[in-house]
Amino acid sequence: MTTSTGPAWVKSERQLERERLRRRAGLRSAGVASASTIAFLVLAGVLIVTSPGWDRVQRTFLSWPDFTASFPDVLRGFGENIVMFLIAEPLILVIGLLVAMVRSVKAPVFFPLRALAVLYTDLFRGVPTLLLIFLVGFGVPALDLQGTPSDPMVLGVSALVLSYGAYVAEVFRAGIDSVHPSQRAAARSLGLSHLQTMRFVVLPQAIRRVIPPLLNDFISLQKDTALVATLGVVETLRQAQIYSAEHFNYTPYVGAAVLFIALTVPLARFTDYLARRSEQRREAGSTT
Amino acid sequence: MSLLTIDGVWKAYHQHPVLRGIDLEVEAHQVVCLIGASGSGKSTLLRCVNLLETVDDGAIHLDGAEITAVDADQDAIRQQIGIVFQSYNLFPHMSVLDNITLAPTRVHKVPRKQAAEQARELLGRFGLAEKADEYPDRLSGGQQQRVAIIRALAGRPKVMLLDEITSALDPELVTEVMGIVRELKDGGMTMVMATHEMGFAREIADTVCFLDGGVLLERGTPEQIFSEPVEERTRDFLRRVLESRRM
Repeated sequence: MTTSTGPAWVKSERQLERERLRRRAGLRSAGVASASTIAFLVLAGVLIVTSPGWDRVQRTFLSWPDFTASFPDVLRGFGENIVMFLIAEPLILVIGLLVAMVRSVKAPVFFPLRALAVLYTDLFRGVPTLLLIFLVGFGVPALDLQGTPSDPMVLGVSALVLSYGAYVAEVFRAGIDSVHPSQRAAARSLGLSHLQTMRFVVLPQAIRRVIPPLLNDFISLQKDTALVATLGVVETLRQAQIYSAEHFNYTPYVGAAVLFIALTVPLARFTDYLARRSEQRREAGSTT
Repeated sequence: MSLLTIDGVWKAYHQHPVLRGIDLEVEAHQVVCLIGASGSGKSTLLRCVNLLETVDDGAIHLDGAEITAVDADQDAIRQQIGIVFQSYNLFPHMSVLDNITLAPTRVHKVPRKQAAEQARELLGRFGLAEKADEYPDRLSGGQQQRVAIIRALAGRPKVMLLDEITSALDPELVTEVMGIVRELKDGGMTMVMATHEMGFAREIADTVCFLDGGVLLERGTPEQIFSEPVEERTRDFLRRVLESRRM
């Protein structure tokens, strides 16, 4: 923006001095921050390296030959983890959204459906994920029913979908509830049906708001794919376990951990970025 | 036969009645202004007509059909009634154009291109042609409210309900919104509006109704109501409004 007329702005001596001081203060705080970071890292490093067990830890957890020997298998196993969450994520989104929508329908005809949705979220949010994986993974095949899957990977993914579907349903529901009732009133007053109001007015706003918490749940899901190892799926944790059992060396676990971090950190940063952006938008100011 | 007939309507929230037997007839092409203090029931009455609230007694007829019937098709009825709220309530995730074409394309099944053309024409008529692709939060309050009016008009309603549409606006923006309403009246639109703008009500209304504690206490032409009100409470209310204006 430019002002049309008025005096030209020449910075006063007072303002120049102020800016000089501010610059100097900024430099000083940057210096303090880097000095304290370096001091902390050095101290932590010295503490670990001088600990009595450091030699043994180095040998059993940080052995380079064991790392290179095990890493191809661990990496191959990690492929299974990626497949699992790539299959689970879309299913979780669909189930979560459906359950959340059913819970928002107020018509009495849908009471049984609504009750079922409440029961589902209560049950599957309440059971620890690992326990659920056991129950589905060993319980479903034990039923011996025709057509039930027996592949541990399918069973493991099913358990993850059931568990996370309940969490994600609650996230969606919070998003739906966060859209102001006046938006619904405005849509209905234009003659839109309940479903049309949901689809064109409520959900687009709700989903945008819940993307950061959803991504957060997905970071958690990516890690929890390792739990499926307990059913005998040879994914990355299992591969690491196999190697360490043979060679009495834990380095492959560190390799697996590095892989999970490499996968989740970018997603975490992306979540931060989205949250920051929506914050900025809010600050930019909307009236309603 | 009147276009809109409100017949002995009661509405209560938690046993507390806010409308107490309202009778009102609105003829086609008429403008009815509802005045009265906050909480007198003006907004509730409009929300009842638009079926956003269910009435607790009485009946409302539009074009001869009872819209408060239990088995009435609410969506179909709302399509015949346009309502504009005090707080605009535009959809923030849609452009101005999409806000206006949503109901025509989804409810009335007008082809997208045709709906967009009609929307642009309406926007042009009300001086908002260049705002079609903006999002609501980039618009001033007055512009948002004008878009909200156009959005309600796009469904070609038989009657428009205006619920204190200028109350949230800065004084200098009020006139641009009033301009639209004036144009609608000239075009023969039937309107029921709740308002605090007495000058505007006096100018535009065919009938002015004074609501007090959920009762339609007095009605008449603007001259009758504003110059020689019969009821003591109407006189009180108008004097208080005048005094606050002078300050």
